[in-house]
Order: sequence, then C-alpha cells, then structure tokens
Amino acid sequence: MQILQLLVSGIAQGCIYGLIALGFVLIYKATETVSFAQGELMMLGAFLGLALIAGLGFPFWLAAIAAIAAMMLFGIALEFAVVRPILGQPAFSIVMVTIGIGYVARGAITMIPNVGTETHTLAVPYRNEIVHAGGLVLAVEHLVVIVCTALLCALLYLMFRFSRIGVAMQASSQNQLAAYYMGIPVKRLNGLVWGLAAGVAAIAGLLLAPITFVHVNMGFIGLKAFPAAVVGGFGSLPGAIVGGLVIGVVESLSGFFLPEGFKDVAAYVVVLLMLAIRPNGLFGENLAKKV
Amino acid sequence: MRFLFKTRYDQDIDLARHAGDRLWYGLLLALLVIAPAWLPEYWLAQLTFVLIYGVVGVGLMLLAGYTGLFSLGHAAFLGVGAYTETVLASMGWPFPLSLAAATALSAAVGAIVGLPALRVKGIYLAIATLAFGFIVEEILARWESVTGGNAGKIVPTLDVFGWKADTPASFYFVCLVVAVIATLAVLNLLRAPTGRAFVAIRDSEISAQSMGIHLARYKTLSFMVSAALAGVGGALYAHQIRFLSPDQFGILQSIDLLLMIVIGGLGSIHGAFLGALFLITMPQLITLGKDYLPGAVAEATGLQAFVYGIVLIAFVLFEPMGLYGRWLKLRTWFDLFPFYRAGMFRRQKSFQKSDRLR
Repeated sequence: MQILQLLVSGIAQGCIYGLIALGFVLIYKATETVSFAQGELMMLGAFLGLALIAGLGFPFWLAAIAAIAAMMLFGIALEFAVVRPILGQPAFSIVMVTIGIGYVARGAITMIPNVGTETHTLAVPYRNEIVHAGGLVLAVEHLVVIVCTALLCALLYLMFRFSRIGVAMQASSQNQLAAYYMGIPVKRLNGLVWGLAAGVAAIAGLLLAPITFVHVNMGFIGLKAFPAAVVGGFGSLPGAIVGGLVIGVVESLSGFFLPEGFKDVAAYVVVLLMLAIRPNGLFGENLAKKV
Repeated sequence: MRFLFKTRYDQDIDLARHAGDRLWYGLLLALLVIAPAWLPEYWLAQLTFVLIYGVVGVGLMLLAGYTGLFSLGHAAFLGVGAYTETVLASMGWPFPLSLAAATALSAAVGAIVGLPALRVKGIYLAIATLAFGFIVEEILARWESVTGGNAGKIVPTLDVFGWKADTPASFYFVCLVVAVIATLAVLNLLRAPTGRAFVAIRDSEISAQSMGIHLARYKTLSFMVSAALAGVGGALYAHQIRFLSPDQFGILQSIDLLLMIVIGGLGSIHGAFLGALFLITMPQLITLGKDYLPGAVAEATGLQAFVYGIVLIAFVLFEPMGLYGRWLKLRTWFDLFPFYRAGMFRRQKSFQKSDRLR
C-alpha cells in the first residue's frame, strides 16, 4: 500500500515535470530550438494567476483562463521580439537568449516590492481536500494535476496529428526552408508555437502553485523537466509525459528507499543512464544524415 | 593599414602576427606585472579574480568556442579542482604538487564526462553536462568527511615549499604566472594539428571525420584539456575566496561561465579574458549605476540578474561575436578609415537547418 501511495505522489510530481517538458518538446518539435526559459514562463504564469486572484479579485477559473491567455500572448510577443531575429543562427544562440530571458524574468519579479521576495499561496477552490479511495489517501491537488495533464496531452497530440496547423508545424520543424517553399507561413507558426508553449507553462504553473506555493525560484523545477524531455525523446509529445512520469516515480521511490540526497539527483542519474543506453530517448526518432 | 607579407612558414604559425603585437602584449604584461605597485588592494583582488576566471574561460573557450561542444556543467570541474586543492593543501602538500593533482583529477573527471559527448551532440550534450553538474554539486554537499558539506571548508594559505603567498600581491603574482602559462599553452595547442582538428570538428563533424580526424579521441581530449584548465582555475579560486561551499559550484556558476565566454566573444582567446573582465566589473558598474536609479529599483535584489539577462540577450541579438567582435569592428574602422562600410560584418540571413540530421 505504501508503494502505491509513493507511486501516486510520484506520478503527480511527474505530471508537473511532464507538463513543463511538454513546453520544451512543443518548441523543439516545431522550431528545433530549446527554450531554457520554460520554468520561468511557468513562474510568470503562476504569479499572473496570483495577481489576478489576490490583486484584482477574479474568481479562480476566470483568473486561470485569463492568465493562460495572457501568457500565450506574452509567448508570441517574446518570439517576435527576441527569437525571430536570430532564426537560423546556431542553436546555441537561442539557448543563451532563453537563459537571458529566464534571468530577466526572475530579476523583474524579484524587483516588485513586497511581492517578489515573498512566498505566496494561490487560493484554489480544491485546496487541502483529500479523497480516500480503497485505502489510499489522495490529495485533490495531485488528482487535478494528473487529469489536466492527460487532457492537455491528448489535445496536443490530436492537434499535431490531425489539424492542418499541427502538420504544418511538423513540416517546418523538419525543414524550414522546404516548408516555406510549400507555402507554410513558417514565422507565424513559430510565433504560435511559442505562444502555445507559454500557455502550457502557465497551466503548469497554476497546477503546481497549490502544491509548492508561488515564489520566484519555482522556475528552477524546469531544470528537472529537461531530463524528463530527454528520457521521453526530445521530439515526442507522449514521450515528454512518459519521461516526466518516469522521473517523478523514480524520484519518489529513491526518496523512500535510498539514503538522503539521492532524491535530488535521481532525475539526473536517470538521464545520464538514458543518454548512455538510448541517446534518442524512449520515443525518439533515430535519423542519420546520408552523405 | 598594415599589409603582412609572409615570406617564411614560421611567420604563419608565429603567435605574434607582427612587431606591433609583440609591443602591445609586452606593454600589457608589463602593466600587469607592476599592477600591485599602483592598484589599490581592492582592485588588485578584482584583477586576481579576472585572471582566475580568465583561466577557466580559456578552458571553456577551447571546448565551446573552438570544438563546438557546449558544457552546462563546467562549474563542476571548477569545484573538483577547488576541493582537491583544498584537501591536499590542508594535508600539507606544496602548491605545485597539489595544483598538478587538482589538474589531473579534473582532467580525469573531464574525460569521463567526455564519454557521452561521443554519442550525443547539441542539446543532448548540454543536458548531459547539466545533469553531471548537479550530481557533482550533490556529491560535494553530501561527502562531508572530505568536503565539509554545506557547512563549508576553510582553505589554507598557498604554500610553495615554505614560501607562503599570504599577501594579496604575492597571490596575484601566482595567478598571473599561471594565467600567462595557461594562455600560452592553449594558444600553442591551437596552432598545432590538435587545435586545427578541434576547429575542424566545430565546423563540420562529418568533414572532419572524412579528413581522418578521430572524433572520439579529439572530443575527449578537448573535454580533458578544458576540464584541466577549469581545475587549475578552481585551485586558484579556492585560495582567493578562502572558504568553499558546494553552492558556489552550482548551475548558476556554470551559466555565469558560459555567459562570460559568450559575452567575451566565442572563438577567440581574447574573448575569454574580456568576458572575465566583464563578469567581474559588471556588479561594480551596477553598484555605481544605482545612484542614478529611483530608490525602489536600486534597492531591489533582482537588479543584477535583470541587468545580466538584458546584456546577454542584447549581445546575442546585436553583437554575436561579443566584446572581441566589437573590438575587431573598431580596429577595422580605424584600419580602413575612411572606407569602412556598415555591412562589412553583417551576418548572412539563413533558415534554420535541422540538427537532427547532422
């Protein structure tokens, strides 16, 4: 029974990793760049939700929707302002720019007087409620995370698989120039993808907020989402979630069975093992260039 | 404008391109040698930091700027060097021996990290080094019998067979000597076949391979040399800062190191030192600038991170060749006066090419 309990909390934590990883994968899948600012976007989303609920007195659901929409716009603006000018430069330029965005976001939030340096709680309707199911004690917060993640993942999967926009995004990820020749508006799509990724980050932030509180360094959890994305295979949406679950469960189990300290590095040990055994991840595609 | 007519092969591989180079670098060295005589103690300490970060930067530059392998866990090598030096110095080893041991251990760790580099590239490598950095930080925090854990560890005074570098000036000279030797060694490496192989790997792995370059060997070598230099820097860093704790060698330090070489200018040794200069003087500049800002902003703790982020973004967007690139443009402007054109260094517009197929 204890094992089951550990598994459930691991899965809930893993879903958060998966959600952030989903943002990485979205951006990687469509533009083949990696955003290191995903964790900070999540933090911004959570703070935005907080500001809407505590500052302006919005009801939770309205605030959540408004925060997600605002973050999507912010993502589109971000792509237009700083990512688009360096399109086509080595991938590392974009990594550095997104690290810079992360610094700016963290610095900007810290600079808000009386708010930035404090830890806040987000008033969600389902806070601190507990469900008993067959001997298991489940926090509703965790259940909400799991359900939302599953829904979101299915939605995105369907979009990439069946909608015209999704297919166009896949095309532009494989070869931007060829996609452009086929009449795909590559630049607009890139903006859209960044918006989508920022929206997903905002959702992750709002879901994580009741579990860990809202504070300026909550974005560092994004660094644990990288292993999740790699374990799943960087270009695969279901892979991101599965990777997140693997990391979450391993972390939760190693926190219980292994000596103190292993919990914090479990994710990184897993990713190093994965890179050594299967560099393309569980669901990654294995492509090689023919010369 | 100076025209160089190369008549001997020696001229082509000479470290100094012409007599002017010798003059200016000689003057710079002379200025650095007499620095303790005219610099206040505080600024001498900052200059020492610049030299230490310069050594680490040269190492990272070799890896990232010349071999094209990016490491997001370089602070770990710094940490390995710093802790090895501290532990050995506490046991009474003289500095040259403990420095050699710290260097060797860092190089060995670098070789281990280099192993995944043989199979993974691009972003996967960045994540592998990131993961490695976290693991090393955790080990430093948990292995309390050796590292002192989160409580930290006091570093003894630098001791070379009885001669103690206990004044800021004497320690500055140690750093200067080490930095000059490290820089010359790397410059020499870069003009040798090994360095050419690194550059070839950076520009195209496939063509390097078809020219007969053993990818695995050279990538591992690059990691080893880079980690060794980081270890040297770490050993000096330990003596400079006098007190070690694991959080000094975390992800933020790694990012600072990367930021340093990107802002300095990727692919130039000058860039490593310019970047180090930037990294050390920036907090001072921000402190100076605070007087001109409204009180609420100036007092905010996030100001430094905010400014760093803005500067980093601005450099990648507008000056991808960094401070050294800016200097090159300035020099070309004077060289060609009045014929400099605005578009001379313009980047070619290009579409993104897939990394997955490389």
